[in-house]
Amino acid sequence: MTADARDALPDHLPALRAFAISLCGDVATADDLVQDTIIKAWTNIDKFQAGTNMRAWLFTILRNTFFSMKRKRKREVADPDGVHAAKLYERPAHDGRLAFSDFHRAFCALSPEHREVLILAGASGFSYEDVAQMTGVAVGTVKSRVNRARARLCELLDLRPGEDPISGADADTRAVLAASGTQAA
Amino acid sequence: MKQGGDSAKLQAQIDENLKRVYQEALDEHIPDRFKELLEQLRRKESKQ
Repeated sequence: MTADARDALPDHLPALRAFAISLCGDVATADDLVQDTIIKAWTNIDKFQAGTNMRAWLFTILRNTFFSMKRKRKREVADPDGVHAAKLYERPAHDGRLAFSDFHRAFCALSPEHREVLILAGASGFSYEDVAQMTGVAVGTVKSRVNRARARLCELLDLRPGEDPISGADADTRAVLAASGTQAA
Repeated sequence: MKQGGDSAKLQAQIDENLKRVYQEALDEHIPDRFKELLEQLRRKESKQ
């Protein structure tokens, strides 16, 4: 028995739980998901290949558990683009700044599929190849999902690519500044 | 096309905010139930 591999489980708990919270949007559901994941990992440790990325393995168990749980809930309509979730969402009133609270609300209004790919490929630092393996899709699919998720975020935040929420100056002014070699920020 | 530098800046901000979403979840205190769960799993196994 490779009891050693399981000794590493506590080290991955904070990351695993952070992923669960980002995916679920609420801590109670996230904690149940983490608990299921720990039990599955514990009892299936013989399926873990020593020397491979344990965090990726645990994240994979967690996201598979999450999505199969969602599928089992028949009443819940599949909403991969977050159309339904966005209906409950109110766009932020912009004062030219991208506030984190607005960003967080927009993030929570995304579909779980979009939240997942943004957290995995963006925030938690996995490569597109890792994410492809973890989510069971092609690398190209991961890339296009990331792009769609980011575009959706901009849409929810009422930002168009090319609009800079930090600076009050419009794009043409900044283009002139950039051309003259002046750094705006 | 108003693209290029501004778009890159916006994308960088999105990255920064995404990292913060994850980091804030990461900073949350881990409940004791997980430590207890691991101890419980280990105890159960040593009995077998």
